[in-house]
Amino acid sequence: MNKYTILEKLLIYFGILIFMTFILLPFVEMFYASLRPLDHLFRSPYQFYSDDLSFWAYSEMWKTVPMLGRYIFNSFFLATVTSLLTLLFVIPAAYSYARFKFPAKNTSLYLLLAINMFSGAVLLIPLYKLLRTFGLLNTYQAMIVPGVAFLIPTSIWLLKSYFEKIPIELEEAAFCDGATRIQILRHVIAPLSTPGLVVVGIYAFIGSYAQQFLFAISFNQKKEFMPIPAGLYEFIGYTTVKWNEMMAASLVGIAPVLLVFLFLQKYIVEGLTAGAVKN
Amino acid sequence: MKMKTKLRSYNSPTFLAYALIAPAAIYILCIVAWPLIETVRLSFTNSSLAGEEYIGFENYEKMISSKKFNKIVIRTFVWMFFSVSLKLIIGLIGAVLLNANVFGRSAFRVLVMPPWVVPIAIGMLGWLWLYNGYFGIIAGVGMRTGILDGPFGFLAYKQSAFISTVIADVWVGVPMVTVFFLAAMQGVPKDLYEAAYCDGASRWSRFFRITLPQITPVIVTMSILSAIWTFNSFEIIWILTEGGPRGATTTLIIDTYKQALGNYKFGRGAARAVVVMILLTLFAGFYLALLARINKRVAHE
Repeated sequence: MNKYTILEKLLIYFGILIFMTFILLPFVEMFYASLRPLDHLFRSPYQFYSDDLSFWAYSEMWKTVPMLGRYIFNSFFLATVTSLLTLLFVIPAAYSYARFKFPAKNTSLYLLLAINMFSGAVLLIPLYKLLRTFGLLNTYQAMIVPGVAFLIPTSIWLLKSYFEKIPIELEEAAFCDGATRIQILRHVIAPLSTPGLVVVGIYAFIGSYAQQFLFAISFNQKKEFMPIPAGLYEFIGYTTVKWNEMMAASLVGIAPVLLVFLFLQKYIVEGLTAGAVKN
Repeated sequence: MKMKTKLRSYNSPTFLAYALIAPAAIYILCIVAWPLIETVRLSFTNSSLAGEEYIGFENYEKMISSKKFNKIVIRTFVWMFFSVSLKLIIGLIGAVLLNANVFGRSAFRVLVMPPWVVPIAIGMLGWLWLYNGYFGIIAGVGMRTGILDGPFGFLAYKQSAFISTVIADVWVGVPMVTVFFLAAMQGVPKDLYEAAYCDGASRWSRFFRITLPQITPVIVTMSILSAIWTFNSFEIIWILTEGGPRGATTTLIIDTYKQALGNYKFGRGAARAVVVMILLTLFAGFYLALLARINKRVAHE
């Protein structure tokens, strides 16, 4: 029953080809453009063929965008701090949701889901005023503080489902043997939940890397704190855009996220779809 | 019996449970809940960088009587409608294709995901280049095939900018829809297909009689979720057009942002944000009610 006729196979591959072209064309074209000399790019109509491809743009871009290194560092720094802080808030909360019964448990869990549906854009005004009051505008904190808040809900849900997979009998056995809760947490829960923590940490990292743009353009105007999406966006506004270097810089900016994702995609997809798809 | 009391004592220390949740809860209260309430309060003031004064419903009255605002609301829903339907249709087709048992499918399943993972803002820089009217590949293909008779700035004209932003939004949203549909399809019990196959059901009828009904809960869930995310979509439009040309791609979220942080009219911006909040609450309530029903049904089975 799983055999396809040759015609069916051809149709399937043809469909996949069209589908994948739509998905990957921007990336392929970004990469191709980054390899071509500028005068080849600036020909109209579009020329499909260039003979002198080179990685020249990848070395030139550091001069055109003088702060590029700083932007990349900022993106990493912001994403790392944001995801670590998120974990710090999420671990105890997720553990509590996974293990204890208490009033308002389900209600609060669904409220968390609801928070996920409010984008940062709705809250920008009070957040702007809040950050201004505390003198945090134009600092790293201005991007970290709201970032953490929007990662907490999904992270709690994800980590909760990991904690639930750890058999409660293990904890009960330790508890009967007289272990304290702290000891149980350290010697039973922590080692068993490491894979879950890694996945949630990576989810938070990718998530905070992705959401930097909005908070950066809203709450930070200092170049030295800009993450890479905001930094590059400024350059696009200039009249003559060196597209090959811009595309090269963009690809360098997304490479780390893509690599992390490619290595761990299986776990991430499993974790994210588990909540929504039952069985 | 003794074991039972022990179990209960391990399971029900309510104080500890709340204490563990407290840090996250307090954080969310300060950074999400309080701003939500503050937004409502600000919407009744003329708050700006200079200060604020209570002005009652003036912001709302001005907003609702403004033709521009009504247009923006309608535009938002049209934009959403096209984007969400395309995401669902393309996502379903993609999932069917990637579910087919052909060589290379596990590679395709990974390759479909980059638009989802990559920061939207950077993906949009790529789309800006694709849409370039003189040098971009889309205009290039158009000119070479004779569909376009000269350079065409896709983001420079009202209608084409509208369509272009929809397509870019679909591009961002399709991978997730595909992955979720795919996961749902893999969850359909195999024996259903085998039974249907033995009864002589064709591939098409197996798809329409088994796959589609079985994954309907996920399709419904995904349509509401994509509606919410599409509604919230900010970066895509902002980077491609900043809501232009002449407002043609200004959705509610873009308008809110422009009023609030573009003009520093916090009061007016807040009034728009409240409208966004009300609509989102409706979506979210709908989604949560549905989710609770699905969960109940699963629990019953």
